[in-house]
Amino acid sequence: MAYQIVEGCVSCWACEPLCPSAAITAARPHFVIDAARCTECAGEFADPQCASICPIEGAILDARGEPVNPPGSLTGIPPERRAAAMAEIRAR
Amino acid sequence: MALRLIDGDEGGVDATKGGCAASACGSRPDALAHLPEAVRAKVYNHPCFSEEAHHHYARMHVAVAPACNIQCHYCNRKYDCANESRPGVVSEVLTPEQAVKKVLAVAAHIPQMSVLGIAGPGDPLANPERTLATFRALSEQAPDIKLCLSTNGLALPGLVDAICAHNIDHVTITINCLDPDIGAEIYPWIFWNRRRIKGRRAAEILIEQQQLGLEALVARGVLVKVNSVMIPGVNDAHLAEVSRVVKAKGAFLHNVMPLIAKPEHGTFYGLMGQRGPTPQELRALQDACAGDMRMMRHCRQCRADAVGMLGEDRSADFTLEKVAAMQIDPVAAMQRRQAVQAAIEARREAARATPSAQPGSVPVALTLPKRAVEAPAPAATPQVLMAVATRGDGLVNQHFGQATEFLIYAVDADGARLASRQAVDRYCTGPSDCGDAEAALAGAIRALAGCTAVLCAKIGFEPWGRLEAAGIQPDGEHADEPIEAALTAVYREMAAAGRLPAEPSPAAHRQAC
Ligand code: SF4
Ligand code: SF4
Ligand code: SF4
Repeated sequence: MAYQIVEGCVSCWACEPLCPSAAITAARPHFVIDAARCTECAGEFADPQCASICPIEGAILDARGEPVNPPGSLTGIPPERRAAAMAEIRAR
Repeated sequence: MALRLIDGDEGGVDATKGGCAASACGSRPDALAHLPEAVRAKVYNHPCFSEEAHHHYARMHVAVAPACNIQCHYCNRKYDCANESRPGVVSEVLTPEQAVKKVLAVAAHIPQMSVLGIAGPGDPLANPERTLATFRALSEQAPDIKLCLSTNGLALPGLVDAICAHNIDHVTITINCLDPDIGAEIYPWIFWNRRRIKGRRAAEILIEQQQLGLEALVARGVLVKVNSVMIPGVNDAHLAEVSRVVKAKGAFLHNVMPLIAKPEHGTFYGLMGQRGPTPQELRALQDACAGDMRMMRHCRQCRADAVGMLGEDRSADFTLEKVAAMQIDPVAAMQRRQAVQAAIEARREAARATPSAQPGSVPVALTLPKRAVEAPAPAATPQVLMAVATRGDGLVNQHFGQATEFLIYAVDADGARLASRQAVDRYCTGPSDCGDAEAALAGAIRALAGCTAVLCAKIGFEPWGRLEAAGIQPDGEHADEPIEAALTAVYREMAAAGRLPAEPSPAAHRQAC
């Protein structure tokens, strides 16, 4: 089982040095987790390290493919609010 | 609120006696009286903090630290750390090796270069290996260059020893609050002991680490500056207390910067409609918190990857490709820097000997009517704000239309003191883009709101009329004169002509904080 970094990652390097399994590499267009190496931090840390420091909602998925940090969970910005503001900005 | 900085434990300076006549502190009560003499001497001559020294030396920042260990509600993590740079700027992240190469190249070409900072794009201490590797290499290869960094403070206590092992000169900590309930409204989470922590507890830990870090650095004799972001309705009323506490703990300067929040930044504050302070609100609080030192309180406005002298950015001359092609002899370059900087010091020393030519320490005696001797007579010598367009060297030497920023001085009968810097869009960039000129001119005039006059080397007919209409007196009579002498001359002329505003400007309402 493995975590996954997907689109949205801003390549901030925060996760890379924390991974106990050296599973994360700085790739383009975004960082990637080597599924063969990722241990989900089991036995090492209570929380998966990459998903505990990543500042970007939705950038890391768990083994089921669910975002570990869903929209609004880190920034506190309600998703509706963000969507409305984005629509307004596009309309300008 | 009632902190009297002028009553320092060294006896202080009695403000009612016309101020201090000693050379370095101008005519102002000494706001640094609470600091040890050695620290004060360091600050007075510091290329980043001494307003006068600032004109002569160059600094640069390199972006080697991409990661961060907290979230601030004014940051979106796509741009550089909002604690230290202009919004919307993305720095190219360098490896420590690339950064060292770039610094050596810049320092070889700009011999005034004396300070190197690491400022992002994330938090330097959330990237300790990268930051310390850069410091280590530079301490070895360019030991004359002073190092500085700015941090949110979370990782600071554990790294104080490592930082002090290098040529560290000063550290800036961004401290927005002391109260965890306020902190919980600014920081949604921190990463601490391998876990993400949210809410009040997160703020509590962050605040505790910031204060421990501040104390440890002061104990080691490192200069510490504190930055705060002013967030109206969140921490604006609390910042006076922050200022009092951090200064009592030995921070030599407390610098208040405005929240800048727009929906398009994608930040919490931007999207939730949190407003930033008005320029007047900001100046009033800055003025109150910075004390009376003649200091470059806005040095954080250097972009994280900016290069050059005050008001100048030569980063385009030092791209990675250009730097890679340069052949640098670090030893020869250091010798050249030392020679150039010794010459600068000799010039500054000579200027100090002839006070009239010296921007920065002109004790000005004005013969303005004083209403009553014993009672304070603010209306007779109102403090006003005046803007200056300068390219450096401490002179009024920039064309109004070419200025990308104005230095805003608080001027009164006792002299002039830098209050803030106001960035503007240059509206005169040549005939091709005159379409935007109107908007930029209007923007410049808005940015100068509250100023009584603006001094520049030259000014066009059109902006002259518009400034006058806005109640701001344009002045091109003092081109190439030292800034402070020019300001006091203009103040005197306007006072003599009865053209100073009867009501002091908002910044003149000083509150001690
Ligand atoms: S879950 Fe743990 S092991 Fe897997 S990539 Fe993230 S940090 Fe590495
Ligand atoms: S912490 Fe998140 S945003 Fe940063 S590099 Fe890792 S996955 Fe990308
Ligand atoms: S410390 Fe700087 S980089 Fe980190 S979240 Fe705050 S503003 Fe952003």
